[in-house]
Amino acid sequence: MTVTVRLARTVKDLLQMAQTEYFNAGHRTCQGCESAMVLRWVAKAAGPNTIVIGATGCMYVANTTYYTTAWALPWIHTQLSGTGSAVVGTAAALKALMDKGKLPREKINVIGICGDLGCADAGLSEVSNALTHTKYSFLILMYDNESSANTDIQETTMTPYGALTTFSPSGKQIRIMKYRWKKNMAAMMVVGHPEVRYVATAIATDPIDLYNKVRKALEIGGPTFIHTLDPCPKGWGYDPKYSHEIGKLAVETGIWPLFEIEDGKFRLTSTSARIARGEVKRKPVKEYIRRQTRFKHLTDEDIEYIQRKVDEMWEKWLIPGLIPLTKELPYPETKQ
Amino acid sequence: MSVSVLESKRLEAVLKGDEEVEVVGTGTDAMAYALMLADIDVTSAYPIRPYGGVMQTVSKLIADGYLKAEYIVAAHEHDQFEIVKHASAVGARTFVGSSGVGWLLAIEAIVVISTDRYPVVALIGNRALDDPGAYGVEHNDALMVRDVGWLLVWVDTAQEALDTTLIAYRVAEDPRVMLPVGISMDGAFLTHSEHVFKIPPKSKVQKFLPPYDLGNRKLHPSNVISVAPQVNEDWVTEIRKQMDEAMKNARKVIVEAYRDFAKIFGRDYGNPFVEPYMVEDADVIMVGMGTVSRPIKEAVRRLRAKGEKVGFLRIRWFRPFPTEDIIHYLSGAKVVAVVDRDYSFGSPFDGGAVYTEIRSALYEAEHRPLIINFIGGLGGREITYNDAINMFNIALDTARKGKVEQRVIWYGVRE
Repeated sequence: MTVTVRLARTVKDLLQMAQTEYFNAGHRTCQGCESAMVLRWVAKAAGPNTIVIGATGCMYVANTTYYTTAWALPWIHTQLSGTGSAVVGTAAALKALMDKGKLPREKINVIGICGDLGCADAGLSEVSNALTHTKYSFLILMYDNESSANTDIQETTMTPYGALTTFSPSGKQIRIMKYRWKKNMAAMMVVGHPEVRYVATAIATDPIDLYNKVRKALEIGGPTFIHTLDPCPKGWGYDPKYSHEIGKLAVETGIWPLFEIEDGKFRLTSTSARIARGEVKRKPVKEYIRRQTRFKHLTDEDIEYIQRKVDEMWEKWLIPGLIPLTKELPYPETKQ
Repeated sequence: MSVSVLESKRLEAVLKGDEEVEVVGTGTDAMAYALMLADIDVTSAYPIRPYGGVMQTVSKLIADGYLKAEYIVAAHEHDQFEIVKHASAVGARTFVGSSGVGWLLAIEAIVVISTDRYPVVALIGNRALDDPGAYGVEHNDALMVRDVGWLLVWVDTAQEALDTTLIAYRVAEDPRVMLPVGISMDGAFLTHSEHVFKIPPKSKVQKFLPPYDLGNRKLHPSNVISVAPQVNEDWVTEIRKQMDEAMKNARKVIVEAYRDFAKIFGRDYGNPFVEPYMVEDADVIMVGMGTVSRPIKEAVRRLRAKGEKVGFLRIRWFRPFPTEDIIHYLSGAKVVAVVDRDYSFGSPFDGGAVYTEIRSALYEAEHRPLIINFIGGLGGREITYNDAINMFNIALDTARKGKVEQRVIWYGVRE
């Protein structure tokens, strides 16, 4: 059953639908921080009947320094790896108190926000456990700036292949310390938790797409998951004024496919859908990579390798960006 | 699978009637009935022995409809403790627990529960820390959190487990305290042994235990607050000092809670902090926590029959530490012998944690008794009546000689 949600189609729609800010001025994120933009849109889409839980990460440190909180919604900290547990505990308590008549029955959005280190690495088992608790409703939002950004930019499993971080420098002996390919979080979440009704990827560069996805996730109920890619001027090495441009390039080069899976149905969205339909040609990944100093040590051969991997994801995978099963697999199996 | 869940008629009697019901069950069963009476809202479970028994009974009580609570099986102990922390932040009464290394896996969440001041109540089914793996009792697991703002209490019988659980919620949720309570139960000896105990009626519990009220700290859309923002170095000292005040307040609140408990339920524990057993005129007093009391009390009775002036002091509340009571009961003795079911490697005089605390408390006493320390029963090894007699003989010998020959004795170590 598809949930009916009022979606924004144009920027004008969006401006009308989401006028009130619930993630306000007063935070101390870096100039050009796309994670802050994600939070702003998530808060707008969620509205006032919401409890926000923020795990340790740059969006904890920068947003809630005592006396300067940016949240105009009730907000609580959870430990780095605690997001999954915190949303379950919160949703369970609301349910228990409403069932017992200790709180008036109403729909309260519970949103847990974690960075890539907290969500994909440290807190993975707690997020995974949470996504199986289908009697509770909550959204887990993973903001992914591809590093541990508040602790001086260290490598996580979400750091892309080849990128420089303070834990993965380039040296005389080893040019590429981050040799591991980025983990496919959204796919892992949707494939591993078949009863989760809504999983999506998003990016702040495309606020209409992001806003609609948050609305859908909150309306559909049960555990839901959204993974955003957030350009980070400090960690990625570019002038803050280019954040949106870098984000756009991540989508246009096909490195960051935008999709949603609603009740098991996969759909590429926005620019990614247009790429798949052939309306827009994928740009070479070089245009994205050469704009960031974290990739400055990569040779043309390295970039060709990344291009091949991205091409493979679009041309050979059963579903671009989602499941690394190739179309060459005998599926469905044919009898000889 | 626990088979000790009561038949429905008797459960309905305590839930709806005014009479208490006498039953046979384990220490963890007794605690589960207390959780039913306290009407907890949210609990999270993760398997580890010997704590696990309590959730087997709790889950059955929930499945049968005698307890209406959200019951969440967690991914691991960190998950368990984070779940209840956040449920507590919304205003739900919560229960959680673990044992041994499981309890320590949750340590990060355990710390934020107390630093964020949530009145969570937990069972620590005391168990040796790995490696090597052992299911038996050792107190090091609970003692690992002695310095992080949790109240810690050791119980001795199933009845005390049930009563202390109700008292723990009352103390933890008192606005003057608002700190979590860890209830320690000796693994196997209490968690899994069966006792006769009485389940009080819910009507009396409601008189004793008011509903949990977080006041203006409750996380709800109608109350736009930020909880636990990052304070950097500006405010940590003040926040820790507030916790210190809360912990000190707990001493008074515990006294009030036991007083009201005796009034309402008719079971009087006397001094809430320690259980003195024939200590008034004793020359030699043994000190210990948990079920070690039973062989020691038996030894006291038999030695008293022979004319030896011996006694036993069981420490019930370890945090807040009953300093005044320790001085009051122990400073008149010639020898104090502390039995530690734990060890603190490299501590002052290389002894157990309880020994070290008692030495520290007695430093302020006008008369300082000689103090010796037995490290015994580690990993669940039994301390028998004969062991207690042997320990008393060493202590009596120390009293006769008037000096300590060996401060710390690892009792019964195979050479």
